[in-house]
Amino acid sequence: MPVRAIGALQVEVDAEGYLVNPQDWTPEIAEAFAKEEGIELTDRHWEVINFVRKFYEERGQSPTIRQITTGSGVPTKELFKLFPGGPAKKVARIAGVPKPAGCI
Amino acid sequence: MAETTRKMAFICSKGNLDMAYPALIMGWAALGVGVDVTIFFTFWGLDLIRKDRVDKLGLPPVGNASMRTGMMGFPFDVGIPQLVGVLPGMTAVATALMKGKMKQMDVPPVREMLEMLHDAGAKLYACKMTVDMAGLKKEDFLDIVDDIVTATDFIEMTEGAQIVFI
Repeated sequence: MPVRAIGALQVEVDAEGYLVNPQDWTPEIAEAFAKEEGIELTDRHWEVINFVRKFYEERGQSPTIRQITTGSGVPTKELFKLFPGGPAKKVARIAGVPKPAGCI
Repeated sequence: MAETTRKMAFICSKGNLDMAYPALIMGWAALGVGVDVTIFFTFWGLDLIRKDRVDKLGLPPVGNASMRTGMMGFPFDVGIPQLVGVLPGMTAVATALMKGKMKQMDVPPVREMLEMLHDAGAKLYACKMTVDMAGLKKEDFLDIVDDIVTATDFIEMTEGAQIVFI
């Protein structure tokens, strides 16, 4: 697996740029990955990211989009605006967790 | 990273509950990964977007060889004889069982899935010819329906899209 430098950190990423080890994640990594996706993180983005991190820590799996919208208080329309071009993949990458396995 | 956005268009022509979900679930998955989604409802598929029908979609067991008891939540898995399927109330039973299963899987009802798709940016259209044939009007459809369009309009607006007919 390729290793990337983010600031002073060295992290392992897969071919699609996802963190290999979710425990490597730091807020700086989120900022860096978001910038690559063309997203400037706001408080609302952080609400989503923190929700996803907590969900993953508690359940050992990534939330689906619907689990994010029903659990985080950020509705569908806003979530798609915050993470344009496909929140399923982008949220997971920025939050440093694997792609969600569910369909809904 | 200047790549063109992938486009998918789904044609929903069936109004049974089991045939309502494929386009809605695939469409939702597509939106999640940034694919542009258009859904065209035609013939029986109009039931999915009709205010008076969307919550009443059913699952008739007759003519469905794949429908077995196991899939409906029973602990044993046997086929349902067609002659049993025609008994009064069997469609209601099968529908209730399927809805229960979907709820367990956290799959929202059709009305809610349509709202999710709309909020996520999918375009939803009713087929003009079948709307006219059924004597329906714009106000008979859910507010999330963008417009009533002709087959020609649909073909033109989905240029370059991958088309899935259901």
